[in-house]
Amino acid sequence: MHPLLTEEIGKKLLLLGNEAIVRGALEAGVAFATTYPGTPSSEIGDTFFRIAAESDLYFEYSTNEKVALETAAGASVSGLRTLCSMKHVGLNVAADPLMTLAYVGVRGGMVIITADDPSMFSSQNEQDNRIYARLSNLPMFAPSSVQEAKEMTRAAFEISEALELPVLLRTTTRLSHCRGVVTTDRLQPRNTKGTFKKDSARFVTVPANARVRHKVLLAQSEKAKAMACSSPLNRTAGQGTWGLVTSGIEHNYVADAIRDLGIEDRVKVLKLGFIYPFPDELAANFIGSVEKILVVEELEPVLEENLKVTAQTRGLSVPIAGKGVGRFSRLYEYDPGMVRQVIADYFDIEYTPAKPIDLQDDSGAPALPLRPPNLCAGCPHRAAYYAVKSVLKETGTEAVFPTDIGCYTLGLLPPLQAADFLICMGSSVTSAAGIARATGKKVIAFIGDSTFFHSGITGLVNAVHNKHNFILMVLDNGTTAMTGHQPHPGVEIVPSGWDKPTVSIERIARACGVEQVVVVNPINLAKTKKAVREALDSNKLSVIIAKAPCPLYEKRITGKGRKRGFVVGPECNADCTECIDTFGCPALYKNPDPHGETTMIINENLCIGCGVCVQFCNKIRPRKA
Amino acid sequence: MDSYRVHLTGVGGQGTLLATTVLAEAAILAGHEAVTSEVHGMAQRGGVVESTAMIGPIRSPIISDGEADVLLGFEPVETYRAMRKCSADSVVVSNTVPIVPFSVAIGRGSYPDIEKLFEFIRSQVKQLITLNAQALAEQAGSVLATNTVMLGALAGSNVLPIAKEAFEETIQTKTKKQFVELNLRAFQIGFSSL
Repeated sequence: MHPLLTEEIGKKLLLLGNEAIVRGALEAGVAFATTYPGTPSSEIGDTFFRIAAESDLYFEYSTNEKVALETAAGASVSGLRTLCSMKHVGLNVAADPLMTLAYVGVRGGMVIITADDPSMFSSQNEQDNRIYARLSNLPMFAPSSVQEAKEMTRAAFEISEALELPVLLRTTTRLSHCRGVVTTDRLQPRNTKGTFKKDSARFVTVPANARVRHKVLLAQSEKAKAMACSSPLNRTAGQGTWGLVTSGIEHNYVADAIRDLGIEDRVKVLKLGFIYPFPDELAANFIGSVEKILVVEELEPVLEENLKVTAQTRGLSVPIAGKGVGRFSRLYEYDPGMVRQVIADYFDIEYTPAKPIDLQDDSGAPALPLRPPNLCAGCPHRAAYYAVKSVLKETGTEAVFPTDIGCYTLGLLPPLQAADFLICMGSSVTSAAGIARATGKKVIAFIGDSTFFHSGITGLVNAVHNKHNFILMVLDNGTTAMTGHQPHPGVEIVPSGWDKPTVSIERIARACGVEQVVVVNPINLAKTKKAVREALDSNKLSVIIAKAPCPLYEKRITGKGRKRGFVVGPECNADCTECIDTFGCPALYKNPDPHGETTMIINENLCIGCGVCVQFCNKIRPRKA
Repeated sequence: MDSYRVHLTGVGGQGTLLATTVLAEAAILAGHEAVTSEVHGMAQRGGVVESTAMIGPIRSPIISDGEADVLLGFEPVETYRAMRKCSADSVVVSNTVPIVPFSVAIGRGSYPDIEKLFEFIRSQVKQLITLNAQALAEQAGSVLATNTVMLGALAGSNVLPIAKEAFEETIQTKTKKQFVELNLRAFQIGFSSL
């Protein structure tokens, strides 16, 4: 049995923040969960995936976040308790349904998880999704600890059902990927059978109905504000005259700083968990009870501005500061030392910071090589990029490479350097059209299989209809690899018990109206290069599907391990380093011994025997058994 | 001291995240509070993997520069790169076996002299403990147990208030059954290697 399904009450489990969210949802009787994977939210879906396999809970990896939210909305208006999780930029994709779902509301409790990524550990931006709460007028919770992640998820279902509104729960990377002890409570039974009670005046948002529903939303939002003001999730602690206001993961940095600085009796903390609607009554009482206030929040000054508005409205002149104090800025995540320092400076407390060892300043410190992430040895994406770059070199063609989001974005790095433009999921196909039309140059766009399903298809239809001219290479490795090998509609290698049909990318491309569609195995360099050459020669919109499974995924599912590896023959003893200059497989490296037998060496532990290098270098041969 | 900040660093695939969780579970078993943090996603694929474990009444899951009490480095260059997390009071435990970064393999940058790295670290921190965790893991039965050897060495260093038995019980109850024997051997070899 999955450990999160334990019926035991009071059991202590060491859980990831994302797992605690799932446990909280289970304790609330969640029956229906959807997601599109994206770091740092992915483990929420992955945990539901495993739980759904051994319970009557319904879970799906949807094709994108908009689809996930709308599917969950359908279940929720039918009375089921639903959860929909995504990363912060995923909520942009789901923003369209979100804004109007707020108007019609829900019946079964619905919790939407947005996992933000301050400092952009694995994202293209660090937008602050707390602002979506204000934009949509939906309540938002922000837990500070793993235990709170569980409790607030459960509480969010109650509030959602009481208000008939979806509730947003915002985490950040540091909470989603923090592990802490969680105490279990009772699992509520799941209601998995819904009924859709028709009410078109509410649920069909033609303008006449929407005008009424907007009023309903604002009225519900007023109720939510009253709830926030009296919510146990918003609390003050301490009796001092120095005010600190915080929420989310930052609360931990504040709590540790207070202890480390020994200022427990001098501060008063307003800790917010129910952060939208802003609890202005509570905040006003707090502002009136202290002499000066420091707001500790990462990214945008959301709480700070709300506090300032509250103070101004009520004629309170207490100084309120946040952004711009010391190192507090709108950029990147905060850290405990920074928060301690800024609190000490703002309240004029004597404090000596830790002295980090500096590798830069010390002349005795050796220089450090970089260690960027890299496509794995045997990754079929590398072979596909190599084929494209080889053909361009051989034919003396210049091309622009719009790319997309996935492992293959690493094609940006040398020596492949096949990435020129990337803004969001699906932007490869569409920006390729614009770049090709504007420049008249050759454009070769790259998109992954999961990303193609997510948001590549509409762009391809547009390209056909508007007669755009570029090459789209679908790097199809049969899984959503980057986020942890989640399945998608095109998967062919599947886990046992998988009973879903496979949707063919090739047939979709043809159905979109693309005339030149070819499927190649990128591991076969000659055939892949031929396909690229033909696509370039045809001078019209074409799709090349470079299809070979992610070796890590294939091994995980089928147990099929590496094939016989390759070695460098003794004739590799000249100055030639073309393999690493153009192909760059991490299993290939330059012999550190300048008098060694060969110039290059193949690391036998890393080589999986894909056999691509042997196709372009005759000095490489199979390892003898 | 009632609380300890442990920073772990290594290369994707070395099992640093599992070691982090085992460390936290062992700390909890020994009666302490514990929180950890890890970075997923882009950090894998041969890149640097950093994680933390806080033992005692600390609520923040991450460590600021200069504030690590212990640094557990699974690879010499990564131990060195993480020196910014340390101060003169830190204890450093490091594997001596290099994993050559791709940038070096393709001739962009060179791998520094490991002895010089350690010499520098030794001159800066309270204590540096080094071990060939790969050889010790092979001695235990598999190079895959390198992470458990490192945990054994950390336990053997006696820097943390966690008894050996708490680690052993955690390995028995929280790691994959088919690897328990291997991991217990690896832990013991790491423990007594100092």
